[in-house]
Amino acid sequence: MIIRSWGIVMITKTINQKAWLLVLPVLLVVSLNAIIPLMTVVNYSIQDTFSPGVFFFEGTKWYQEVLSSPRFHSALGRQLLYTGIILLIEIPLGVAVALAMPRKGPWVSVCLVLMALPLLIPWNVVGAMWNIFALPDIGLLGYGLNWLGFDYNYTQQPLAAWFTIILMDVWHWTSLVVLLAYAGLSSIPDAYFQAAKIDGAGSFAVFRYIQLPKMKRVLIIALLLRFMDSFMVYTEPFVLTGGGPGNSTTFLSIDLVKAAIGEFNLGIAAAMSILYFLMTLLVCWVFYTVMMRGEDS
Amino acid sequence: MRGTKILVVCIYILFLMLPIYWLLNMSFKTTNEILGGFSWYPQEFTLESYKTIFTDPTWYSGYINSLKYVLMNTVISVSLALPAAYAFSRYRFMGDKHLFFWLLSNRMAPPAIFVLPFVELYSAMNLFDTSLAVALAHCLFNIPLAVWILEGFMSGVPREIDETAYIDGYSFPRFFVKIFMPLIAAGIGVTAFFCFMFSWVEMLLAKNLTSVAAKPIVAVMTRTASTAGYELGLLAAAGALTLIPGVIVIWFVRKHIAKGFALGRV
Repeated sequence: MIIRSWGIVMITKTINQKAWLLVLPVLLVVSLNAIIPLMTVVNYSIQDTFSPGVFFFEGTKWYQEVLSSPRFHSALGRQLLYTGIILLIEIPLGVAVALAMPRKGPWVSVCLVLMALPLLIPWNVVGAMWNIFALPDIGLLGYGLNWLGFDYNYTQQPLAAWFTIILMDVWHWTSLVVLLAYAGLSSIPDAYFQAAKIDGAGSFAVFRYIQLPKMKRVLIIALLLRFMDSFMVYTEPFVLTGGGPGNSTTFLSIDLVKAAIGEFNLGIAAAMSILYFLMTLLVCWVFYTVMMRGEDS
Repeated sequence: MRGTKILVVCIYILFLMLPIYWLLNMSFKTTNEILGGFSWYPQEFTLESYKTIFTDPTWYSGYINSLKYVLMNTVISVSLALPAAYAFSRYRFMGDKHLFFWLLSNRMAPPAIFVLPFVELYSAMNLFDTSLAVALAHCLFNIPLAVWILEGFMSGVPREIDETAYIDGYSFPRFFVKIFMPLIAAGIGVTAFFCFMFSWVEMLLAKNLTSVAAKPIVAVMTRTASTAGYELGLLAAAGALTLIPGVIVIWFVRKHIAKGFALGRV
């Protein structure tokens, strides 16, 4: 098997319109799941209803209402803050751990399996686990922090709730960054390191001029995945704090489900959904374009 | 230098293991002991919670239901993604780049948006409360992911192999199954692992698309929590058991997982 060299994709493709037939099954199943529900949401977002089955066209009323509501603004603000903080912690931490991993030997598999463990736990179990782990009276984290002299109770203090949610996300997802960065690192041929040694390069120079450039692509992917997933996070914070205390940890998804299922405000919820989706799409499109440009050059 | 490196990895793994240890610790305690106060290990070790789960059908059928839709989803996602990924890796066709981005954009759609429309859609198709509904719904994010990973692996296989096979008189399906698939076996394994993982951990859609017959374990857990008061020991044991399928699957692909990331486009 020939391993594709990094950065340079040497595959020439032939033009063949029949390739559409190979894509067709995927297209059908994903369309069923994507287009019909999305159109339903668009429908709700421009209509109002007073009784089942009776709808009135409302135009952009819901969008205006959402865009001007302080509730949406604060949920969006919290969401951006949360995503920003976890990206700032998880990406550098993940890279640091990946750099510290052994490059070969029997311990590599053991480390990888142990690190991947949090990724494989159902999200509501993650939330429930941390819910108890952080309780001040019976959980290790809460008990430990109070024992160390911190006044910590995440069910009542917004700051403590934020701390717990961020720690949980770091616990849950940093390993994904580690796995990706490690894969990037292990694709570097040994010859590079030997050459660097002969040139007398220090470990920072090796990182800056060999390891970081080789990890660039996987790091962009890690950033993209972590951005998308943290921006749509729902289950873990919902199970951990239920959006509280007060509204202090109500992120976009939680607010959305509250509006749609809790309050049955379909119009508002649908307009929020569409705006939410467009924001994610926009950021990802920018990332994707940058990524593909990097690949072509 | 070497010492600090080992220390970093050890501290990180310790940090990962602490909450998991706490879960296991609680699963061997009685609920009274858990609520009674703080202790590092079970004072009265009990397997009662595990016994309840393995003997009560409302509990163990939850695991069976979950595994059912996860396996169905993995099979559907991988088998549909294989030809599509081949098309993306070998051919240029009208709209290919746009189609690829559109596929990926579905991986970005927050599931919270789709909860209500999905319930309506699958009720209209008479699939509500079946494993198939959840399996198909999870295709929304697993098929794009599968296409993405497989495309990376397939692009690592030189084209000459395809051309030689056609010259030797292989038809496309025979070439694909007999020659091409064995070449990317590791890629198929890694893809199946990711599909399994994302379907196994998702709960918002799984919970809302089922009610009684196909109720997944994640939903059994939340409902038990609200009706029977907090039976923490039982919940902890149920949570601990959800770790097992993941551990088994990751053990099978442990050799390929790093390579999968390196070769694939994930």
